[in-house]
Amino acid sequence: MIPLSAYTAVSAVLFMTGLLGVLVRRNFIIVLMSVEIMMNAANINLVAFSHYLESMAGQLVALFIIAIAAGEAAVGLAIIIVVFRGKISTNVDEMNLLKW
Amino acid sequence: MVGMFFAYFALVSIAAGVLTVTLRHPVHCALSLLVLLMHVSGLFILLNAEFLWAVQVIVYVGAILVLYLFVLMLMNLKTDERYFHSSALYIVGPAGMGTGYVLYLLLGSPFDGVKGDAPAAAVLQDGDTYAVGIKMFSDHLLQFEIVGIFLLGAIIGAIVLAKAPKPLDTERERL
Repeated sequence: MIPLSAYTAVSAVLFMTGLLGVLVRRNFIIVLMSVEIMMNAANINLVAFSHYLESMAGQLVALFIIAIAAGEAAVGLAIIIVVFRGKISTNVDEMNLLKW
Repeated sequence: MVGMFFAYFALVSIAAGVLTVTLRHPVHCALSLLVLLMHVSGLFILLNAEFLWAVQVIVYVGAILVLYLFVLMLMNLKTDERYFHSSALYIVGPAGMGTGYVLYLLLGSPFDGVKGDAPAAAVLQDGDTYAVGIKMFSDHLLQFEIVGIFLLGAIIGAIVLAKAPKPLDTERERL
């Protein structure tokens, strides 16, 4: 029997990997991919607690998170396409359209 | 046996996550994200959540990741010389220490709590899909509808954002 803390440890490491990706990478698409890694880490946590505490609510929230990740990916990639059309770059350091 | 599978899925998903963050070429990053998602779905199987496994494979791998790959292929990015942020080294150290502290707290805690109304035996009897469906369409119906409206808004927003801008010059010439 695998202890619950093993799942939470995997989830913590994955979440920190995603957070580092958001902070460190300069390509906007990879930043979005790192956000997906963080959402997956949260999903592992939710499903693990749902299994060990014998309640279905965690799995339902994980389903909703997957749906929200789909919407986030669609809108984020649309924003990337709009910015890319004007600047021919997806570097987050060069995006200053909203800066005054 | 289960422990072996857990170790495999956990280690490979962590390794794929690290590769996603560190690889240079964006398409390689997307492919290692694919490996990560498949192994996370394996973890869901170990947790008796086979409906979430199917949703993870169909929605994440089949839809979201393919969307990422489409955009990557569409843009045909050249890889940068410096693909990390210039202050990356200052971030990695504190993040590693923070993760170590969180792991120390997590691995030492017993994680016991009030049990819910869906023990593993009852879920396995009718299947996870049945249990998720009954729960979702009884207690969580409002959230389900909200997610539907959210997805509609996301679709409309994506279309409006990514639509090619109208050529305004002909209108101005007419005026």
